[in-house]
Amino acid sequence: MDINEIIKPENLVYKKTPILKDNILHYCPGCSHGVVHKIIAEVIEEMNIQEKTIGVSPVGCSVFAYNYLDIDWQQAAHGRAPALATAIKRLMPEKYVFTYQGDGDLASIGTAEIMHACNRGENIVVIFINNAIYGMTGGQMAPTTLLGQVTATTPYGRKAELNGYPLKITELIAQLEGTCYVTRQSVQNPASVRKAKKAIRKAFENSQMHKGTSFVEIVGTCNSGWKIPPVQANKWMEENMFPFYPLGDMKDR
Amino acid sequence: MALKGAIVVDTERCKGCGVCVANCPTNTIALAHEVNSRGYNFVHMANPDNCTGCTNCATVCPDAVITVYRVKI
Repeated sequence: MDINEIIKPENLVYKKTPILKDNILHYCPGCSHGVVHKIIAEVIEEMNIQEKTIGVSPVGCSVFAYNYLDIDWQQAAHGRAPALATAIKRLMPEKYVFTYQGDGDLASIGTAEIMHACNRGENIVVIFINNAIYGMTGGQMAPTTLLGQVTATTPYGRKAELNGYPLKITELIAQLEGTCYVTRQSVQNPASVRKAKKAIRKAFENSQMHKGTSFVEIVGTCNSGWKIPPVQANKWMEENMFPFYPLGDMKDR
Repeated sequence: MALKGAIVVDTERCKGCGVCVANCPTNTIALAHEVNSRGYNFVHMANPDNCTGCTNCATVCPDAVITVYRVKI
C-alpha cells in the first residue's frame, strides 16, 4: 500500500494538540520536559479547559513554559510558585490552577512554600519534575541528587557525610493532611507516558472537586546535566532513579 | 485484518534524540543521514512497510513532531 494512500485526514490517529504552540522547544534533545508539556496540553484539550487554566512557571529550564502552552501563565520567583498559585486559586476558584516546578525549584529553595501550600490543602495541581540535578545552571547537585551521582559540584559523586542525603519530597508531602492525591510517575516509554497522563488528568479533576492539593511527581532525565545521551539516560534513570524513587500512587483519596 | 500505518515527521522541529527509535516495536523508524537546518539528524521511516501506526513514537516524542496515520486493510 502506498504511503500517500495512508496519509489522509480520515486516517489520522495522532497529531500534536493545538494547545501546544508551534514554537520549537528550547529544551535539549530527549528532555522529559517536552513530553510532560505535551501531556499537560493533551489533558487540557481533552477536558476542554483551555480558557479556564492558569499555569505558574518556575525558575529553571521550564521557566519558558509559557512559550509553549497556549493558556494563561504567570511566572513566579524561585520556588514561590505554590504561593502564587494559592493566590490565583483563592481569587478565581473556578479556574484550574497548576504549578510546574523542577526539583531545584520545588525541593530546594521552594521547600517552605510547597510544604505549607500542601498542608493548607490549596485546591491546586503541582507538577514536580524530578531529574535529580540543576539542569539550567549547568548540572550542579540538587537536594534530590542520588548518593554517588556525579554532578558539576560533586565531581567524585555525592557523599552523605559531606552533602547529606537525597530528599524524597513526595513521600514527605504524602504525609500532609491537605493533600488528596500524591503520585510518582515517569515518561520514558509509551506505557509510562499514558499512565502519567492519566495521573495529571486525575489531578486536574481533583482540583475542581475541592479535595485538596494534588501532587504529581514525574521522574525525568537531564541528558545534558547527567552527560548521558537521551536513550541511555532513560535506561540510567530506570536502573538508578527508580530503585530510590519508586513509581506509583502514594496517596489517593 | 492487518493494520498499516505511516508517520509524518516535522523535520525542522525534530532534534534527533532517538527516543522514538528506541520505542518503535516494529523497527520502522531510524535517524536519517541528512540533517535539518539546525544540524540534527531527524527521524524518518527507514522501513515504511513495517509501520502499524501504533503511535508509540509520537507518544514518547518530547518535541511532538510526529503525526501518525493508520488504516485497516
